[in-house]
Amino acid sequence: MDFLTLIQLFDSTIRLATPLLLACLAGLFSERAGIFDIGLEGKMLAAAFFSAAIAAITGSVWLGLLAGMAASVALSLLHGVASITFRGNQLISGVAINFLAAGLTVLIAQDWFQQGGRTPSLMGGGRFEPITLPFAENLAAVPFLGPIYSELISGHSILVYVAFAMVPLTWWILFRTRFGLRLRAVGENPAAVDTAGVSVVGLRYAAVLICGILCGIAGAYLSTALQAGFVKDMSAGRGFIALAALIFAKWRPWYALYATLLFGLFGALETRPDVIQNIIGMKVQGQLLGALPYIMTVIILAGFVGKAVPPRAGGEPYVKER
Amino acid sequence: MDVIPKWAEVILVPLISLILAAILSALVILAIGEDPVAAVNLMVTGALGSTYGWGYTLYYATNFLFTGLAVSVAFHAGLFNIGGEGQAMLGGLGVALACLLIPWPHWTIALLAATVMAGLFGAAWAAIPAFLQAKRGSHIVITTIMFNFIAAAVLNYILVNVMRPPGSMDPASARFPEAVHLPTLHDILGVVGISFSKAAPANITFLIAIAACFLVWLLLWRTWLGYEIRSYGKSEPAAKYAGISPVAITMIAMLISGALAGMMAINNVMGEAERLVLNAVEGAGFIGIAVALMGRSHPFGVFLAAILFGFLYQGGAELALWTSIPRELIVVIQALVILFTGALDNMVRMPLEKLFLMLRRRDA
Repeated sequence: MDFLTLIQLFDSTIRLATPLLLACLAGLFSERAGIFDIGLEGKMLAAAFFSAAIAAITGSVWLGLLAGMAASVALSLLHGVASITFRGNQLISGVAINFLAAGLTVLIAQDWFQQGGRTPSLMGGGRFEPITLPFAENLAAVPFLGPIYSELISGHSILVYVAFAMVPLTWWILFRTRFGLRLRAVGENPAAVDTAGVSVVGLRYAAVLICGILCGIAGAYLSTALQAGFVKDMSAGRGFIALAALIFAKWRPWYALYATLLFGLFGALETRPDVIQNIIGMKVQGQLLGALPYIMTVIILAGFVGKAVPPRAGGEPYVKER
Repeated sequence: MDVIPKWAEVILVPLISLILAAILSALVILAIGEDPVAAVNLMVTGALGSTYGWGYTLYYATNFLFTGLAVSVAFHAGLFNIGGEGQAMLGGLGVALACLLIPWPHWTIALLAATVMAGLFGAAWAAIPAFLQAKRGSHIVITTIMFNFIAAAVLNYILVNVMRPPGSMDPASARFPEAVHLPTLHDILGVVGISFSKAAPANITFLIAIAACFLVWLLLWRTWLGYEIRSYGKSEPAAKYAGISPVAITMIAMLISGALAGMMAINNVMGEAERLVLNAVEGAGFIGIAVALMGRSHPFGVFLAAILFGFLYQGGAELALWTSIPRELIVVIQALVILFTGALDNMVRMPLEKLFLMLRRRDA
C-alpha cells in the first residue's frame, strides 16, 4: 500500500471522527456533571436537520449552524427539565428525545420542503467549504511532510478544526478552572457541592447546555460539511458510537480524541475493504468493522481490559435534604 | 400511607400523561397544516373500522405485547432492558432456523419448536448483558444498546453470507415451507362462523401473546420467584438481607425478558413475513418501552397499551396513505408518550399530590 492511500485513509478518518468527537465531548460535559445522556443521537439529528433547513432557506451556513445549535439546546433543556427539575429517569428521557428528533425532523422536513423527509441539496454559501491552510500548496511538493500538511491537515472545513481545538479547551475547562472542578464534583458528590453553597441545579443545567451546543455543532457538521443536506435518520447511530467512545475514553477529554479517531478509522476502513486486505492479507467483513466500536465498548465495560468507572452520581437525581 | 390513592396512581396519572401527549400531538398536526380531528377520524376508521383494520391493529399489538412484557419484567427487577430490538432480531433468527432446518409435518409442532427457539435465542442475546451487569457491574442500559447494534451486524452478516438462497439478491432467508404456515384470525374465526378479513396478518400468535400476559402476571404476583424479582427491584439492600441473590435475580429476570422479546418473532417472522428479512423488527423493541411505561409494567396495563399502540401504528399507516402526514407522526407520539409517562412522570404527579393533600386536609 502506498503512502498516498494511507494519507487518504487518515483524511477520511479525520472527517468521520469529527462528529463523533464533538458528540463525545458533549456527552463528557453532561456525564461528568452526573447527567447521563443517551439522547446525543437525537440532538445531533435535530441539529443536522435545522442547520441544513435554515442554510437552505437563507443561503447562509452560519445561520444554519446557529439554528442547529438552538434546536439541540432546546432538546437539551427538555432533558434538563425532565432529569434535573422533575427528577425523572434520565435514561428514559434520553430515549424519548431520540424518538422525538427522529419523528419531528421528518415531519417538519416533509412540511417545509415536500421532498420525502429531506432538505434540498446545499450549494455555495449553504455549506462549510474546505479551508486551505497557509502555504499548503507551496509545501505540497516537500517529500513526506508536504502531503501530510497539504492533504491531511489542510483542506478540512472550519468545524473540523473547532472540534480538535475543543479537546484541549475541554481539558482546560474541566481540570484547570473553578467551574470545571465544581462540574466534576457535582457528578461525583452533589451533596458536598451543595454544602459548599454552590447550586447543584445551576451547574447541572450549565453542563446540559454545553452538551447541547456541542451536539449542535456535531449535527451541523453532518448536514452542512460532511454531506450537503439533510436526509432522514442521517445521524445513523453516531450518537451511540460517541457514547461508546466516551466510555472507551473513561470520561477523559484526550482519550476521547483517541477513541473517536480509532472509531473514525473503523468507519474509514469500512469504505476501503481493499486496504485491509492489503495489510493483513485477508478479507474482513464490513459488518464486523461496523460493529467493532460496540464490541470493544462492551469488552471495556466488562472490565477485562481496564475498568471503566462512570462518575459516581451519574444518573441519580439530586434531592436536597430537608 | 401514600399521598395519592391507588385508583389515581393506576388510572389518573397515566391518563393525564396520555392526554398531555395527545394534546401535543394534535398541536404538531395543526402546525404542519392538517386537521387533527379529521386525522383522528381517519385513524379510527382505518384501524378499527373494518376487520381488515382490526387485523393489522391486532398484528402490531401482538408484537408490542411481547416487547412490552419484556421491558416490564426487567422493570420489576429494577433493570432497564433497552435491548428488546436486538433480542427480537435474534429471536427471528431462531424462528428461521427452526422453520428452515427441520421439515415439520404440521404447524402446531413447528409453532412449539419455533417459540422455544425464539425464546432461547432472545434469552441468549440478553444473557451476556445480564451477566456483565450481575457479575461485573457494567451498566445494563449501555450494554443492551451496544448489543442492539451488534445484533443488527450479526443478522446482516448471516442473511447476506449464510442464509441467502443462491441466486437471490435480497438479504433475506428462503421462504418457509407451506407446512409451517400459521392460521390467521381469518382461519380461526372462520371455524366459529365469524367472517374476518383474509388479507390481514393477525394470527394465532395474538392468543399466545395474551397467554403470555397471563403467565407473566402469574409469575410476578403468584410465585416465589416473582416475589423475589419485585422485592429486588424495589430495594436491593432489603432483598439481599432477605437472602435473595442479586446475581440470580438479575440473570433470571433478564433471561425471561430476553425470551419474551425474542418470542415476538413468531408473530412477525413466522406469522407474517414467513421468511427472515433484514429489518423484521421495525422498532417494535423500542415501542415496548413506551408500552411498558404506559401500562405501568402490569400485564393488563401492557395489554391495553399494546392495543393502543397497535391502533396508532395502523392508523398512522392509513394517515400516511391518504394524507400528506408522514408515518413518522407515530414516532413523535411514541416519543411524547415515553416522555410524559416516563421521564416527566413527576410533572404530572407533583400537582396531583398537592391536590389530594389539599382535599384530605379539607376532609379532616
